[in-house]
Amino acid sequence: MINVLADFGRAGIRAVGGLGRASVLLTAMLAGLWELIRRPRLLLEQVYSVGTLTMIIIAVSGLFVGMALALQGFYILSQFGAEATLGVMVAAALVRELGPVLTALLFAGRAGSALTAEIGLMKATEQLAGLEMMAVNPVRRVLTPRLFAGVLALPLLAALFSALGVLGGWYVGVGLLGVDDGTFWAQMQAKVDWYEDIINGLIKSLAFGFACTWIAVYQGYDCVPTSEGVSRATTRTVVHSALAVLGLNVMLTALMFGN
Amino acid sequence: MVGLFMVAGLLALFFLAMKVSNLGTFTGGGVYQVAARFENIGGLKVKAPVTMAGVEVGRVKAIGYDPKTFQAVVTLGINTGYNEIPDDTFAKILTAGLLGEQYIGLEPGGSLRNLTEGDEIRLTQSALVLEDVIGQFIFGKAQEGGAK
Repeated sequence: MINVLADFGRAGIRAVGGLGRASVLLTAMLAGLWELIRRPRLLLEQVYSVGTLTMIIIAVSGLFVGMALALQGFYILSQFGAEATLGVMVAAALVRELGPVLTALLFAGRAGSALTAEIGLMKATEQLAGLEMMAVNPVRRVLTPRLFAGVLALPLLAALFSALGVLGGWYVGVGLLGVDDGTFWAQMQAKVDWYEDIINGLIKSLAFGFACTWIAVYQGYDCVPTSEGVSRATTRTVVHSALAVLGLNVMLTALMFGN
Repeated sequence: MVGLFMVAGLLALFFLAMKVSNLGTFTGGGVYQVAARFENIGGLKVKAPVTMAGVEVGRVKAIGYDPKTFQAVVTLGINTGYNEIPDDTFAKILTAGLLGEQYIGLEPGGSLRNLTEGDEIRLTQSALVLEDVIGQFIFGKAQEGGAK
């Protein structure tokens, strides 16, 4: 009985301790922003690895998600004779919810896990300690560019996802199911608002990008420096990122569209 | 390669702005505001379209309530491109389809003076409230039955 209680307490202390270490790491990374501005090359390299290399999977997923949405939406809307609103349904669902959320989940799986594994291996092979020996701050040199690359890349990836999703929905709706081309776009433009829908979606994906990269970088930096520790940290990155994204999404949706 | 990624992302954003959202459909230029009082606005919402002969000429800017006259005060923002609307124009709250959203339809009058910023439309017709219509129908039926 006492043991169970003690285990519970230990788990709580570990969770709070992890949050504290993550916050300290975040302040240390933000302190490196000035160095990053002076050396934008570091940022560009990281944008390539988290952004450009993730682009293909995001583009293909967006296309497929848009197509599936249009097929399902058409099935339900046609029962009410409201096929004309198919465009609104596809576009609103994508820019408000599916674009930011699915992009963040894919990002966590594709780029977040890679970040954790990379930083964890750097730690395991004592490259981070080596940098410190050369009087280079490893947090500022290695972690800061990765954090900002993720924050920068995710909104662009989410925009790509939504845009291709709309095109996929358009192809299925107009091309295959015979919805009128004009009404598809006209209804969409009439109902989807630039500030209300698209800017809010971008704000969401900024928040998700920040959360995902922060978790990935922290897990890599904080992992046990063995091969098993790195693999555990990589798993934790994906699980924690997915939970953080979905939880944040509920809160942000309630704040943005809740009234 | 990073350039390629940035260009693709920004192009996607541009596509969302121009083709998907209403940013591309702004006709440019400002709007002038005209007020209209209604007994009952039904389900009219801010940003509902204001149409003339079925063409959208503006949008509902604000909806307020006047406690003195117990009426709803609807502020219409009409695009400055449509500045030749007679001041005895008739404003009706209409419904798109049977259960669709409500909008304001303007029917031009014959006056030579045009509406300008700050004017008020005096001739209005309230929204059709389904319960009232059903009530009237039942009341009429009951009267018919009583007359027999």
